[in-house]
Amino acid sequence: MTTDPTPPGPVARPDQEHQVAPPDVVTLGEVDAVDETEAPASLWVEAWRELRRRVLFWVSAAIIVLVVLVALFPGLFARQDPRYCVLTRSLGGPEAGHPFGFDFQGCDIYARTIFGAQASVTVGVLTTLLVAILGTAVGALAGFYGGWFDTVLSRVTDIFFAVPLVLAAVMVMSIFRANRNVLTVVLVLGVFGWPQIARIARGAVMGVKNADFVTAARSLGASRFATLVRHLIPNALAPIIVTATVALGTFIVAEATLSFLGIGLPSTTVSWGGDISTAQGQLRVAPHVLFYPAGALALTVLGFIMMGDAVRDALDPKARKR
Amino acid sequence: MVRYLGRRLLQAVPVFFGATLLIYFMVFALPGDPVLALGGDRGISDALAAQLREQYNLDKPFIVQYLLYLQGILTGDFGTTFAGRPVGELIASAFPVTFQLALMALAFEAILGIGAGLVAGLRKGKLFDATVLVVSLLVIAVPTFVIGFVLQFVVGVRWGWLPVTVGSNVSFTSLLMPAMVLGAVSFAYVLRLTRTSVAENLSADFVRTATAKGLSRRRVVNVHVLRNSLIPVITFLGADLGALMGGAIVTEGIFNIHGVGGTLFAAIRQGHAPTVVSFTTILVIVYILANLLVDLLYAALDPRIRYDD
Amino acid sequence: MSDQPAQPPPSSAPSPQPLLKVRDLRVSFTTATGVVDAVRGANLTVYPGQSVAIVGESGSGKSTTAHAVINLLPGTGRVSGGSILFDGRELVGASPKTFVGVRGKEIGLVPQDPMTNLNPVWSIGFQVREALRANGFEGSRREADARVAELLSEAGLPDAARRAKQYPHEFSGGMRQRALIAIGLAARPRLLIADEPTSALDVTVQRRILDHLEALTAELGTAVLFITHDLGLAAERAEHLVVMYRGQVVESGPSKQILAAPQHAYTQRLVSAAPSLASRRIQSAKERGTRATDLLAVTRGDGISEERGELMRVEHLTKEFVIRGATRSAKTLRAVDDVSFTVTRGTTLALVGESGSGKSTVANIMLNLLQPTSGVIWFEGTDLRTLDPRAEFAFRRRVQPIFQNPYGSLDPMYSIFRTLEEPLRVHRVGDARSRRARVRELLDMVAMPASTLRRFPNELSGGQRQRIAVARALALEPDVIVCDEAVSALDVLVQAQILTLLNDLQTELGLTYLFITHDLAVVRQIADEVVVMRNGQVVEHATTDAVFDQPTQEYTRELLSAIPGASLDIFGAA
Repeated sequence: MTTDPTPPGPVARPDQEHQVAPPDVVTLGEVDAVDETEAPASLWVEAWRELRRRVLFWVSAAIIVLVVLVALFPGLFARQDPRYCVLTRSLGGPEAGHPFGFDFQGCDIYARTIFGAQASVTVGVLTTLLVAILGTAVGALAGFYGGWFDTVLSRVTDIFFAVPLVLAAVMVMSIFRANRNVLTVVLVLGVFGWPQIARIARGAVMGVKNADFVTAARSLGASRFATLVRHLIPNALAPIIVTATVALGTFIVAEATLSFLGIGLPSTTVSWGGDISTAQGQLRVAPHVLFYPAGALALTVLGFIMMGDAVRDALDPKARKR
Repeated sequence: MVRYLGRRLLQAVPVFFGATLLIYFMVFALPGDPVLALGGDRGISDALAAQLREQYNLDKPFIVQYLLYLQGILTGDFGTTFAGRPVGELIASAFPVTFQLALMALAFEAILGIGAGLVAGLRKGKLFDATVLVVSLLVIAVPTFVIGFVLQFVVGVRWGWLPVTVGSNVSFTSLLMPAMVLGAVSFAYVLRLTRTSVAENLSADFVRTATAKGLSRRRVVNVHVLRNSLIPVITFLGADLGALMGGAIVTEGIFNIHGVGGTLFAAIRQGHAPTVVSFTTILVIVYILANLLVDLLYAALDPRIRYDD
Repeated sequence: MSDQPAQPPPSSAPSPQPLLKVRDLRVSFTTATGVVDAVRGANLTVYPGQSVAIVGESGSGKSTTAHAVINLLPGTGRVSGGSILFDGRELVGASPKTFVGVRGKEIGLVPQDPMTNLNPVWSIGFQVREALRANGFEGSRREADARVAELLSEAGLPDAARRAKQYPHEFSGGMRQRALIAIGLAARPRLLIADEPTSALDVTVQRRILDHLEALTAELGTAVLFITHDLGLAAERAEHLVVMYRGQVVESGPSKQILAAPQHAYTQRLVSAAPSLASRRIQSAKERGTRATDLLAVTRGDGISEERGELMRVEHLTKEFVIRGATRSAKTLRAVDDVSFTVTRGTTLALVGESGSGKSTVANIMLNLLQPTSGVIWFEGTDLRTLDPRAEFAFRRRVQPIFQNPYGSLDPMYSIFRTLEEPLRVHRVGDARSRRARVRELLDMVAMPASTLRRFPNELSGGQRQRIAVARALALEPDVIVCDEAVSALDVLVQAQILTLLNDLQTELGLTYLFITHDLAVVRQIADEVVVMRNGQVVEHATTDAVFDQPTQEYTRELLSAIPGASLDIFGAA
């Protein structure tokens, strides 16, 4: 700080004299110049930059990639046929070529764990897709058009919310008795799983509905529907993606629960839920039979939930502020 | 306030009718004949089938069946099972147990979830927070039935601290472990919700203003952070009571509890339609009532909605 | 710069010890990308009973400095160097307990945004009582309640005893701010930090509250540290100014001296750009060949639409909203009440009013986004109500809006190119190549580099976004641009830049502006004609010069005198 060389007039109190910083301390650039140094970044690119700094993201990404690879190409990871069982090996411990040992039927647990991934991942991914599409459509329409339309759709959402997911799934699955397969499970979980996404989507759409850029689009002459599709839904997508990622994990658990109850996937399909269910009886004598399928299931679900957390933190501007 | 509650009550009416209609539809109208299914592989005589159809109004149009059934429920007549046992009797024996179980689970998840969530939110990024978060993630990721088995095996069988199964011995101690298993997943959600909510409110402007008044940190947290943070948590807990009662199927199976879940599961498997419909209807009513209770609590906690429209 | 006559030294002649002495204060924030210094070596002195103002734009570190004093830095912020002496005691590194003792009791805070600074779940009375109890008030509950009512009415809240039982959401912004003042002064602190205490409020309310605060603190002998972005307000309310820019104090000294003879380049720019200080339209209408008043004169009279000059005419416009209140019956709110005026081609009409005056509703009706309850809008002789969808689509090309909030007016998911191309695409103007060329042309018009095309709104500052919003509005070569508080959210220098830009574009393209604002100071810089609105009605309608020089209505005079810095004659001299 330097004192102004020619202080005009008044005698100020100590420390309150007219003081001016030397002009070179602050470079007064052009007012509001555009920073051209950094590469352009959309919100998604920024979120990605934020994401890749997080350990949580890399750990969950590694888990998800691994699980998806196993689900797509189980043959690459296990040579054994999961359905080839020799009763004499029942509950046998690990041995060469069979690192996880054998279950009650004498099947190779490692092979069953590897091949079981397919059912879980398929159910999880397909159900989430179905739920995301259905929920976003219902929620976005309700939130955007409002009025009686919103009232009706919101009540319908409430109705599906009022029936507990597992209970409804049990009821419908017992109707399907004869033809239970991955698709019926997806359908059932999807039909009763969408209200959560619908509520999120409705809230998110209502949150941006009154933004100025929406009014601006309408003043341009864009139709209401075009505004919804081009401006509102893309802006409401972040919370939907986060919820859907976490929901993917919970759908995998739901599928396992149904299989555990004996009304999910048929016993001919190799699945973690079914294997856990059969392992239950031998928990006292052979805990490893339960451990591997349950561990694989937990790891998969963990991967998706952690991914949801990581993505939420990266997308949430509040969390990103210093 | 009255207006607000009136509106919520009014909203609950279509939800009640819609949900019961949905359930009724699933049980009676979808492919598969409940009467024929009753006979299982053996089949039943045409005469008996016709008699049953008449008794359960199955010969009438679907919507009439539904309305007649609803009339029965609203006058306290839940009908009888195909086997001839009054459904009301089943309800009386099954619901109290599950209700107690669900309430204990709710208390467990509320007390531990809010407590741990509060501490974690206040110390975001610290060791306690990280530990608690990992635990909550594991609880969500490991299916309830696995947690059930393991707890049952370790705490019940190995250590012998708590009864392994419940059976006819319904007591606080015997329900303790099942309640923890039932509430485990929700506990994790309550914890995460409280944590986020507390952390968010901590940086709210009004909290800074409260600090600037010269309040101690303890008072700021208790008076200004906690109450505001509880609002979303209460909403979650209210909606959860219904889910806990309906979702007890797995837990009741593991611990051999003769409650709603077990009875309902057996009824669904055996195609006992009146039992299924009655039970689920009551579950829906519980869900709706719990939500209304939440609305009341919500109004008590947040003065804004007492007046807002 | 003229030499000002010497200002008499403050009345409390024997210079006492400073109450607050900040030396070389450094505050830093830890972010993911490293440590950012928000305040770099700030110095500041406040004497007992004195009022001092820190002036700066957003990001200058003014609030951070103030918050550092009471250790209320947000997030990862921490004091990394320097000293803060309060009454001779060092506060840097003091224990949390010390701060609990200092806050409220010795240093009070009146925060910035009245809407978020009161806890919504507790009554106003509770929140004031808490401030008393925390600072050693020992009386009974009844005594405490009486004291609360006293404090609230002292802060200018009428019917305080009853009001104390109410909750924040039942209070207007001004009432909340009074409650916050009562809280800040509850324990009679010796220093009150007032952080932009009124920037969220209407000008007349702002003036009343500041007057009240000034009288109150003078009576109590409380020193006040104002934090503000408004140089006029600072100069009017404080005897000593501290100007901050990018975390540093660039100039400090007696208020009048700084205003009269700013020494630092930044302060000079700030003084010359401050709208409250400007007394003339940025670019006089003469440069366009005609005087604005002449242009206007043509349409006075019966205002037949074919006549030269008239572009839009608003006739007996009324808009009612049905609001369902707490009571059973639905109430109708008359937001716009029999409003008529004419917009002349190539000129700027300012619609001025405070919140609730109905000015934005008029704008939305003129944009044909809202249907009037009664009344007619004529656009070039066509009744807007008679437009079929095709004609409406054509109308949209010719009337475009620019909104207030630079953060909400651009779709965050759209690149700047897509944002600017959207209007062209919607109206099927040209092919991809010509559209690209046009977008570049538009960017050039608002003085943005071509590299901006691939950028996204989150990478641009508020002023830059607003420039993009101007470019978007221009894309379809409209005749009318409706600016709804288009510069209100911007810092002074950026605001001046945008106003100049708008003005240049008007001359160049012959645009007609409808300028909706609460800020009369801005009106003076840009408008040819002013319509003053209050409670949905037109209070005064005249040329800008007439409104400023000979306002005929009491309300207009009130608005004018409420402009911060209006009372300082020094501006005329500078």
